[in-house]
Amino acid sequence: MVLVFAEHQNGQFKKAAFEAVTYGYKTAQLMGTDCAAIVLGEAEEAGILGAYGASKVYHVADQSLNKLDSQVYTTVLAEAISQLGATVCIMTHTSTGKSILGRLSARLSAGSAAGVKELPTVSDGFKVKKDVFSGKAIATVSITSDIKLVSLMGNSLQPEKVGDAVETASLEVAIPESKVKVLSVDRVEGTTPLPEAELVVSGGRGMKGPENWGVLEDLADALGATTACSRPVADTGWRPHHEHVGQTGIAIRPNLYIAMGISGAIQHLAGVNNSKTIVVINKDPEAPFFKAADYGVVADLFEVVPKLTEAVKKFKAE
Amino acid sequence: MKLLVCISKTPETTTKIALNEDGTAFKTEGVQYIMNPYDEWYALVRALELKEAVGGSVTAVNVGSAGNDTIIRKALAIGADDAVRINAEPHSSLYIAKQIAEFAKSENFDIIFFGKEAIDYNGSEVGAMVAEFLDMPFISYANKLEVEGNTAKVAREIEGGVEVAEVQTPFALSAAKGLAEQRIPNMRGIMMAKRKPLKVVEAVDFEDQAKAVAYELPPPKSAVKLIDPDNMEELVRLLHEEAKVI
Repeated sequence: MVLVFAEHQNGQFKKAAFEAVTYGYKTAQLMGTDCAAIVLGEAEEAGILGAYGASKVYHVADQSLNKLDSQVYTTVLAEAISQLGATVCIMTHTSTGKSILGRLSARLSAGSAAGVKELPTVSDGFKVKKDVFSGKAIATVSITSDIKLVSLMGNSLQPEKVGDAVETASLEVAIPESKVKVLSVDRVEGTTPLPEAELVVSGGRGMKGPENWGVLEDLADALGATTACSRPVADTGWRPHHEHVGQTGIAIRPNLYIAMGISGAIQHLAGVNNSKTIVVINKDPEAPFFKAADYGVVADLFEVVPKLTEAVKKFKAE
Repeated sequence: MKLLVCISKTPETTTKIALNEDGTAFKTEGVQYIMNPYDEWYALVRALELKEAVGGSVTAVNVGSAGNDTIIRKALAIGADDAVRINAEPHSSLYIAKQIAEFAKSENFDIIFFGKEAIDYNGSEVGAMVAEFLDMPFISYANKLEVEGNTAKVAREIEGGVEVAEVQTPFALSAAKGLAEQRIPNMRGIMMAKRKPLKVVEAVDFEDQAKAVAYELPPPKSAVKLIDPDNMEELVRLLHEEAKVI
């Protein structure tokens, strides 16, 4: 059986969870087995995972699992894998998944592949591809243990509905006491966080100063995009650090990445080159970023971006 | 406090990746190696700051061959008190974690620091694995750490926000940007590093459960399509009809 650990935030499932179930469902089909999902902590709508291919949704609805403790989650998941006889466990490559995957691997002596973006091949052992060197190469990882662990990079495949929601089943698992006390969780409200954003508009030094960000934000608003920036912009304090994308900031893989006034240093590209479509706006035709772009506009961004914003608004209105 | 910082060796960030003929390994000729930036800039420096504030020691540990000594000496030059190299070719995350855990289990470290990920394999796994082998809590992507007595308050990056947790020593954490500011080793540090102890210990046997068996380079990007700056409607049309992203 393929078991998908489906993550939620305060009972709400995000797209990443549905992607993971779709991935689990397709992996189970390849292996000729079933896919089930497991949900930890209180969540009312857990049965919805059935619509994405989980034939069963196991729910350990204990309140003590509402907040993440990697040690406690690992114990519960290891027990569930053993009770259910799962041979593959899928999770999301998020802050939660990253805290658990390695632990579970050590607990179960199970091989793992972190941050995969394609379905495995199962005809000649269990092999799965993942990016290495920040996307500069792709490795094929062969997992040889009886239990295989995989975390799925966000936005790697589209969630697909294949059926209806199912009734959840409870699972009797002893929950150890947590050694981590979560004091607070603060999320920026309103905008989609960068790791989950499908559309991103990003600015670099070519923006000339924090007072000029209005032109970028107008475009982001028109598109419904999340804003980001390059490292020098975050380092000089023009924009907050959590907007910094690149090798030492956040690595993202949106559907659309629009870069304005960013030259495209190799460290910046390492964090964004997995974007499906890249648009580069820069007045310097020699900017290295154009080599990595799908579409380019050689122009003064302060003149051309407002025109692009108008064109987007017109398109949305139609 | 007794602090351990786990450091790894990675290719320098501007490295161009090339493969050998059958795609089973990377070409190492001409590749410059550095200490993984998250280990050096954030994990190591925060450990040093903590030692400076409350006393104790900072040990750096690396799994690798003698070629890694340059990088280990750099950690000593930045300020680590001593270092241990576990003499083995690091071939998988679980293998590396097992080696570090075997060394650390009898040493009673209060906090074990990792970088949030290595910039080569981007797995973000070793810290969680070591914490599991040693049965201690693990806080990933920490960007703030305050310690009072045996209690630590740690802020960690989550999607679109920050979570703050309280945890008792011993525990492990992985360091993200914000945890500390990079330190450049000075001449005195570099001279002193030569006299600091660097112990080499042998690896324990451990079977890999997962291994990279082949590599490929991503398909080359097709040439950029340049759009007339006076025709942004055309760009919007292409994004909608051709790229299908809006």
